[in-house]
Amino acid sequence: MIPELGHFSLILALAVALVQGTLPLLGASRGDARLMALGRTAALTQAFLVILAFGALTQAYVTSDFSVANVVANSHSAKPLIYKISGVWGNHEGSMLLWALILSLFGAAVAIFGANLPDTLRSRVLAIQALIGVGFLAFLLFTSNPFERLSPAPPDGNGLNPLLQDPGLAFHPPLLYLGYVGFSVTYAFAIAALLEGRVDAAWARWVRPWTLAAWCFLTLGIALGSWWAYYILGWGGFWFWDPVENASLMPWLAGTALLHSAIVVEKRDSLKSWTVLLAILAFSLSLLGTFLVRSGVLTSVHAFAQDPARGMFILAFLLAVTGGGLALYAWRAPKLMPGGLFQPISREGALILNNLLLCTLAATVLLGTLYPLFLDLLTGNKVSVGPPFFNATFVPICAPLFAALCVGPFLGWKRAELWPALMQLRVAFIVSVIAAIVASYAVDGRATLAAIAFGFGVWLIVGSLVEFAGRLRLGRAPFADSLRRLKATPRASLGMTIAHTALGFVVLGAVATSAWHLELMHTMKPGETVTFAGYQVTLQKVEEVKGANYIAERATLAVAYDGRPYTTMQPERRLFLVQRRQVAETAIHTNLLRDFYVTLGEGDANGGWVIRLYLNPLAPWIWLGAAFCALGGFVSLSDRRLRIGAPSRRPVAQPAE
Amino acid sequence: MQRRLLFLLPLLTLALMAGFFAWSLLVGRDPAAIGSVLVGRPAPRLDLPALRAGDPPLTDALLKSGKPVLVNFFASWCAPCLAEHPLFTRLGEREGAVIIGIAWKNKRDEAEAWLKRLGDPFKSAGLDLDGKTGLDWGLSGVPETYAIDGNGIVRMHFRGPITERDLNESILPFLKGAK
Amino acid sequence: MRRAVALLALLFTLPALAVEPSEVLADPALEARARTIGQALRCVVCQNQSIDDSAAEVAHDMRRAVRERLTAGDSNDQVFAFMVARYGDYVLLKPPFKTGTLVLWLGAPLLLLLAGSALLLAARRRQRAGLAAPQPLSDEERRRLDGILSEAKDLLGNRKDPSATPQDGG
Repeated sequence: MIPELGHFSLILALAVALVQGTLPLLGASRGDARLMALGRTAALTQAFLVILAFGALTQAYVTSDFSVANVVANSHSAKPLIYKISGVWGNHEGSMLLWALILSLFGAAVAIFGANLPDTLRSRVLAIQALIGVGFLAFLLFTSNPFERLSPAPPDGNGLNPLLQDPGLAFHPPLLYLGYVGFSVTYAFAIAALLEGRVDAAWARWVRPWTLAAWCFLTLGIALGSWWAYYILGWGGFWFWDPVENASLMPWLAGTALLHSAIVVEKRDSLKSWTVLLAILAFSLSLLGTFLVRSGVLTSVHAFAQDPARGMFILAFLLAVTGGGLALYAWRAPKLMPGGLFQPISREGALILNNLLLCTLAATVLLGTLYPLFLDLLTGNKVSVGPPFFNATFVPICAPLFAALCVGPFLGWKRAELWPALMQLRVAFIVSVIAAIVASYAVDGRATLAAIAFGFGVWLIVGSLVEFAGRLRLGRAPFADSLRRLKATPRASLGMTIAHTALGFVVLGAVATSAWHLELMHTMKPGETVTFAGYQVTLQKVEEVKGANYIAERATLAVAYDGRPYTTMQPERRLFLVQRRQVAETAIHTNLLRDFYVTLGEGDANGGWVIRLYLNPLAPWIWLGAAFCALGGFVSLSDRRLRIGAPSRRPVAQPAE
Repeated sequence: MQRRLLFLLPLLTLALMAGFFAWSLLVGRDPAAIGSVLVGRPAPRLDLPALRAGDPPLTDALLKSGKPVLVNFFASWCAPCLAEHPLFTRLGEREGAVIIGIAWKNKRDEAEAWLKRLGDPFKSAGLDLDGKTGLDWGLSGVPETYAIDGNGIVRMHFRGPITERDLNESILPFLKGAK
Repeated sequence: MRRAVALLALLFTLPALAVEPSEVLADPALEARARTIGQALRCVVCQNQSIDDSAAEVAHDMRRAVRERLTAGDSNDQVFAFMVARYGDYVLLKPPFKTGTLVLWLGAPLLLLLAGSALLLAARRRQRAGLAAPQPLSDEERRRLDGILSEAKDLLGNRKDPSATPQDGG
């Protein structure tokens, strides 16, 4: 009964979305207040209906209702409750429903929190949101219905992929989708602005909170996914340049560029067409990611089951949304009023450089991900594009980006002098060079690329802190004065400092873990001890342990330092009974400066076990840094100026649109 | 006008990309397909002990006999090999094809027992216990089948079990044509 | 850090899940090269994994072959060529630089160069047209500016008087 209710809710939601997607648009162009107000009601109704549908599917999972085909395919009665719930979105249909849910929730959010928006803009934004919702709901109802029934109902289900039965999975997709869908709001804003024919500082101020929110969630989602891969997949890597990872990185890069580009529109009424284009691209890249994962055009360890028919549907949807947006852009953007002028050396110039470099990074990732497909179709030749390619092309472009990142905030608007800005950073520069040299000697005495990259990380941290200290006049004015300035610092600036500094920590962690980790692999028998990185590691025992839906071999290793007991590690190899799949549970001990990482391998005929020990220096900084990046974004989001007093709109003076 | 073209650039890029995607979906491209670089080149070296007791070891001479040869890598522990085996029996008995079988990473007695149970269509059979020969032949797993013409050039490389369709559309015409 | 220096012999480029203890070469320098090569070779039956990270049989064979060739004295390039001869360019995780992959390698940098130069040219054109650099004020404009400034000073002078009532919300 309840699955049918859920199904019916979805159908109703589609109908409401159709209304929401058409009438408010009509109202906006006609100035009909009632039609425009309809957008708000419809958005709230749509959200309510999709919440009902999602609740229905969740209920089916929680009660293990095996008459629902989706539950049979992805769940099992013996599964722990949390994984029953997270299993709702651990498959194609359920995750599409999650997309639709978040889409409708964001629409409702715009309806509720968008009171400061002009009616025409808000109704257009809600309408565009609804049209996107129409696409997803139609996709759900016509090709990926999560509420299909099975009759007769089987006694039990196929269970969830063991790799996915992990707390990280519970949060990774929802956070990611919050990011992707958040960009649909900025897309809607961009389309609405193009339809109105006006992009100005007020628009940028209204768009900023939504862009920030989307960006923060996407950052957290990607970081969580990376962390999850690190501790689940068992080989200490955290980024593999897998197509699906790339699919989440591209919208993030575009979103970061958008965030910074919008600042220029807001402060200087400039860079408008670029910002609108980035808003369209950020969401388009999110949709592209959805297409790549679910259509079967690329192989990936992450990909859902492939289905060309679904692929065609998503491609058509992608064409409609992106093509429509870009066509509107090509038509309307040239007519946008050009804004404030500026010299190449200026903060605007620095932000344009930022845009260029981030877009180049996104283009690199896009090219690398899709090239095998293009080449194969054109010539039949098969190539692979893996981490070595991206390390050779992506990483080098980060260098000028990071270099400019610290200089930009020191440049004034409209025109500035480069040398004074650089002079203010001379301390940061010297510290970075020293750090690179020290790192190089501490490891192996050679000037490696890793040491240079390490120096860049330090540059980011010190450079951002120097700028912040300068803002507070730290050291140059009495401390009370600095404190007062700190209280008066707009949250947006605080957020910027936090985020840029945190990025430096991410770079340090990534470089140290990738380039300077230690590894020891040994076949050990119970009672044996090995020395590793100054620790004495003893394999005490390997025993069989039963879990809720698996049987595991668990090794207990005692770690001592200087003879004194330090910690105990218990890596496992879990065999999940329903799927007959083996998953390694790594044991990680962290002191926030390094990860001590142990995996249990196969046992051999002589009672020996393959034990792999890793020491990953600064690894925790990768994810702590990313979390602080997102925190910086949230701090920026909490800036009062975003909620009250948007700059008043200039009266529409220009004649023909 | 130039400016207009600039604004159209993103849309044109999208059109290009979407074209490729549609093409890929319509032709049903398999993204996991590896392709084969051996086709059109001389067959790799063959230097293996014989599988069946008493047989002479396998050498390159078998591939340069002037007659077309099929080389089939198989294993007793491989389920798809079981599925395709009747087709080889048919090829061997009815069409009189010369088939060389190579047991890949298979224990000798297990492979022999498997052939005894299912029928042995192989004119010569070899044992590649450590997989070195498989590597030389660009093997990615079993079963895989190579069609080699009378001059020792590889003409076809099937990855995975051969099907009726492969038989009728590719292998039989190859055997007839190369004679 | 001292530990790091002491255990130099165990330093590798990237972690590897699937390399077995029995495969590891005795010579650490050769083993390090084997790991570098292994990270750059694709497991042909897996989804985007290197042979070092895959537990597949073929990956095991390839790892062993890499070590055999290194022990036999091959250079890194020769080992790669060995694999490409058997599996094609597909087996290389770093695509070769040839005519077929020019767009792949040069596409994004070229885009950056083109966009960057186009923007700089546009900025230079604007500068030449004299729009970016502000013109010095004419005498008329200077007189107007002086008048506005003295007006402003008068207003501010009134404001500082505590007896004056504030005119607006401050």
